[in-house]
Amino acid sequence: MAFRDGPFDNLKAPLTWVSAGVVVVAMIVAVVLLIANGRDVESGEYGAARAGADAVAAPVGGVLAAPVRWAGQASDYVRGYFFAVSENRRLRAELAELEPWRDQAIALKNVNARYEAMLGLRVEPPVEMVTARSVSESRGPFVNARLIDVGQAAGVRVGNPVINEHGLVGRVVGATGGVSRVLLITDVSSRVPILVDRTDARAMLSGDGSGNPRLEYVRGEDSLREGDRILTSGDGGGIPRGLPVGVAARGIDGTWRVKLFTDRGAVDYVRVLLFQDFAQLADPEALNAPPLAAADTAPPPDAQTAARIADQEARRRARDEEEVRRVAEAEAQRRREAAEQAAARTAAAAQPAPEEVQE
Amino acid sequence: MRRAMAVRVVGPMQWMVWPALIAVAGTVILATPAHLFGLSLPEPILPLALAFAWPLIRPSVLAPLMLLALGLFLDVFWFAPLGLWPLSLLAVYGVVLAGRSLLAGQDTRMLFAWYAGCTILAFILAYMIVSLMAGNAPSLLALFWQVLPTLALFPVAGWMIERFDDGDVRFR
Repeated sequence: MAFRDGPFDNLKAPLTWVSAGVVVVAMIVAVVLLIANGRDVESGEYGAARAGADAVAAPVGGVLAAPVRWAGQASDYVRGYFFAVSENRRLRAELAELEPWRDQAIALKNVNARYEAMLGLRVEPPVEMVTARSVSESRGPFVNARLIDVGQAAGVRVGNPVINEHGLVGRVVGATGGVSRVLLITDVSSRVPILVDRTDARAMLSGDGSGNPRLEYVRGEDSLREGDRILTSGDGGGIPRGLPVGVAARGIDGTWRVKLFTDRGAVDYVRVLLFQDFAQLADPEALNAPPLAAADTAPPPDAQTAARIADQEARRRARDEEEVRRVAEAEAQRRREAAEQAAARTAAAAQPAPEEVQE
Repeated sequence: MRRAMAVRVVGPMQWMVWPALIAVAGTVILATPAHLFGLSLPEPILPLALAFAWPLIRPSVLAPLMLLALGLFLDVFWFAPLGLWPLSLLAVYGVVLAGRSLLAGQDTRMLFAWYAGCTILAFILAYMIVSLMAGNAPSLLALFWQVLPTLALFPVAGWMIERFDDGDVRFR
């Protein structure tokens, strides 16, 4: 009997059908997973599977990223050695340009501090930060996220904004013990409320998987021009106001886009702002304090002082009442005298003059 | 007299498990945050080459399950919506399985045309799912930069088909 006539020949067709059946079942599983879980970045829930996978992937990514980082540092060192003179010239020119800005910043800071004190403004306290290394990244059109090597142990929570030395990078969407997942502002599901520094116009920065996120809901004429500096607006309370984001530019499709400051260099080291919302920063006691800055400089009075203050207040009130009464009496006296004088004048006018009588 | 034909069996370890592990390792390595001259590493969908090659090598019960696992790994590792890549990979597997009799014995150019078509199908599916879930359409330029390295994986799929297609004469 030839092999092709054997029993295996009958195996082919059923196996294809069984395989097709498994494909259908597996696709149903995938659809159910999509509908049930998906990737809800707003809910703040981070599944156990993702957390576990991140905890495994982070050390592996850390090992792979280390030589890349060392190579980068080595090339920086070599470049610094060979291009020291040109870099020195460039830095001198930059320094000369920046010195007036520094003086202006110091003066403005001084004036600003005075205004804040005079107006009794409650300024936001400085936000604590933790530094982290980026160990793994996904860059495709559908996902733009990073793994960083700090987690809940360092105080990182879901929602914390992430920055680097250039500007805003993204925000934390999942945190485990020693690893966190950062959703970049270029991700298709990322939305960041921003403002235009020049005009204070508001808009929404909406990622689309490309390197330059779109600006949506830009309103008003001339509210945005090419080269305008884009900062976070702090609207909604998720991200502090004033973090640098990038520069406005027209995309090839004609939409407004932002050239990100974070594109200026590799995002290998980042800082996580331990900021969740403004309520977290506000001290309830401070909110109940009197609004003027000077009003809380004196301590509350003790019983003796309070009695003295009450006594003084009673005396002052009595004095004030006495004064009011005296003024009223004086007024009444003045009116009486005025009435008497008027009556006397009327009586004098009614009598004839003595000379007229003699004639 | 006819000599007994030696049945050369290549087990699932050779044509399924090892390639899947290599795809996982490759994905992890390519996720390294390395930037050279302002460019970062490419991010192809490595398991797509397997989803194309496996049904042509032989129909299998294990392969769709492996693709489900690989897709879930991609979703979890890249923080994509859970179920996105399993669905896309299984769609490719299903299409190639259905067209298996058409593709058997075709030359490399025809195989590449099918591979390109399957890649575009997988990306269109993923694009639609992500657009629906995020309420925002991803950039087509960014999509192009992921489709291109994925298309460049065709030699891997071609090599696997050539290497394992006749590995088990029961499925000729």
